[in-house]
Amino acid sequence: MSFVPHSDADRREMFAKVGVSDMRELYSDVPDSLIQKGLPEMPDALSEWEAVRAIQEMASQNHSLVCFAGAGQYDHFVPAAVDHLIRRSEFYTAYTPYQPEVSQGTLQVIYEFQTMVCELTGMDVANASMYDGPSAAAEAAVMARAVTRRDRVLAAGSLNPHYRKVTDTYLRGQGSELQGIPTGPDGLLDRDALAKALGDDVACLIVQYPNFFGVVEEIEPLAELAQKAGALLVVVADPVTLGLLRSPGELGADIVVAEGQPFGNPLSFGGPVVGLFAAKQKYVRKMPGRIVGATVDVEDRRGYVLTLQTREQQIRRDKATSNICTNQGLNALAATIHLALLGREGLREVAEVSARNAHYARGKLEALDGVELVYPDAPFVREFAVKTTENSRAILERGFSAGILAGVSLSRFPSLGAPDGLLLAFTEKRNQEEIDRLVDVIAG
Amino acid sequence: MSDIPEGLKYTEEHEYVRETEAADEFVVGITDYAQGELGDVVFVELPSPGDSFARMDVFGTIEAVKAVSDLYSPLSGEVVAINEALNDDPALVNSDPYGEGWMVRIRARDMSELDVLLSDTDYSGHIEA
Repeated sequence: MSFVPHSDADRREMFAKVGVSDMRELYSDVPDSLIQKGLPEMPDALSEWEAVRAIQEMASQNHSLVCFAGAGQYDHFVPAAVDHLIRRSEFYTAYTPYQPEVSQGTLQVIYEFQTMVCELTGMDVANASMYDGPSAAAEAAVMARAVTRRDRVLAAGSLNPHYRKVTDTYLRGQGSELQGIPTGPDGLLDRDALAKALGDDVACLIVQYPNFFGVVEEIEPLAELAQKAGALLVVVADPVTLGLLRSPGELGADIVVAEGQPFGNPLSFGGPVVGLFAAKQKYVRKMPGRIVGATVDVEDRRGYVLTLQTREQQIRRDKATSNICTNQGLNALAATIHLALLGREGLREVAEVSARNAHYARGKLEALDGVELVYPDAPFVREFAVKTTENSRAILERGFSAGILAGVSLSRFPSLGAPDGLLLAFTEKRNQEEIDRLVDVIAG
Repeated sequence: MSDIPEGLKYTEEHEYVRETEAADEFVVGITDYAQGELGDVVFVELPSPGDSFARMDVFGTIEAVKAVSDLYSPLSGEVVAINEALNDDPALVNSDPYGEGWMVRIRARDMSELDVLLSDTDYSGHIEA
C-alpha cells in the first residue's frame, strides 16, 4: 500500500467523481484576487548542514534575559529529571491516547496529574488538562452556562486581559459576551458593583486569584455573593501561589482553572503549555475534556480507563459538552513529574522564596523617586504592579541593554484602565543580586 | 420482543406518556425498547420541578455506558415532580421502565397535544419499521 496521499491519479478520480475539471474549479467560490500565484521568493534548497547553520544563526539572535516578566507565565526552574523522563519513548507523544486502555502507563500518569490538580485547587474532580489557562477559563464559562442554563458571564476587570479576550471569543460564538466588574481603589474586585451586576440570568463570575495585578482577592465573600444569586464562582489561579494560599476549593469556588506552565514547562516564547481544570463533583458530567478514572479488571487488579467519554464530541457530536476531546499529554506529564519532585513542601518553598524575592524588591522599589505601587495596601504573593513617571517602555529598553527583562508594560493593556507602569513577577530562580540590578534599571 | 403496554401514548423518540389520577398530569419515561437499545443506564439528568417545556423540547439526558441521548418532552407543560430515585439507582430505567423507572410528571398545558402522540400499535409499527 502506498502512503503517498493524493497522487495526480487520485485527484483526477476525485475531480471526475464530484464533476469538476481541476482544483481551481473545485475552489471556484474563492475569488481570483485572493488566489496566491506561486510562492514568493523562496530561497534555493539547502543541504542539511547549511540548513542547520542557517537555523543556528537565527537562534543566536535570541536574547537570554534575567526574567521579571510574568502576567500568566513564569520563569521557574524545571529540574533536569523532567526532561529526561518525558523523553522516554513510552511517553514521548504530545497526543492523547486514542486506543486509551492499552496505554495504561499514560492513563496512570494522567490519573496522578488529575489527583495533584485536585489537591492543589482543593476541588473534587479534575480533567486530563486543557490547551492552556485562557482556553480553560473560556471552557469554565461555557460550562457554567450549561450548568445554570443562564446566559450572562461576569468577569473581574482585574482578570488577565488575554484570558478575557479568549473567553469573550468563545462566548460570542454562543451568542453571549463577557461583562467586566470594576476593580476598587484597594485593588480588589468592587463588591458593590458586583452585587448590582448579579441577577437571575448570570451564569458565573470569573475572578483571578491572585488577580492580574498580583493582588490576593478575597474569594469567600465573592463565592457567597455569586452563589446566593444562583451563579457559579470560577477562579483563575496562579498555581504556584497555591503553595501558600488557601485553595480556591476551600474558599467556595465551583470551578478552578489555571495555567499549568510553571510546573515542568519552561518559558519558550509562549508555549507549549497546559491548562488545569477542576470542579466540584456535582458538575462532573458537564466538565469539558477527557477524564481518566480508576477501576478494577476481571481479576480485581487496578486499571485505568477514559471515563465519561459519552459526553465527548466523537460520540455526542454537536451536543458534546465541549469541542475539546484531547489533552496536552506531554505537557501534563511534565507538570506531573515536576510536582511529584517538589511535593507539598517543595511547592510551598518555591512559593515562599518567590514571595520573599517579591517583597524584597517591593521594599527597594518603594524607596525610588518616580516609582509608586499601584495598590500599596493590597496583599500580594509574588507579583505586583508599579506606576512609573518614566515611560515604562523606555525602562524596558534600558533593561534590555542590561540583560534584564524588567517586567511587562501595563501600557500594553489599555483595557485595564491602569496607569503606565510595570507588572513585575518573581520566582525562586531570582536572587538578591539580580533584583538589585532590576532596581538599578528602573531607577535609571 | 419489547414490552409496549396498551393504554399508554408514545413518541417516535421512544418516550411514553401515562395518564394519572389528575386529569391534566402525565408521567413520562422511556420505553422498554429504548432502554434495551441503550443498554445499562448509568445516569439520568432530569429537570427541576417548576421547569417548563414546549412539546419536543429536550427536558433531560440519559447516559448509558456507550451513549448519551436526549430526552424529549412529549407534551408542553410544567414539571410537577421528578423521580429522585433515579439519582441513586439509574438502572431502574432498565429493570422497570414503565414503573419505578419513570422520569418526570408533567402538568400539560395543551391537552390537544395528546392526539398527536402514537398509540401502542402505532409505536409498535414505528420500531419495527
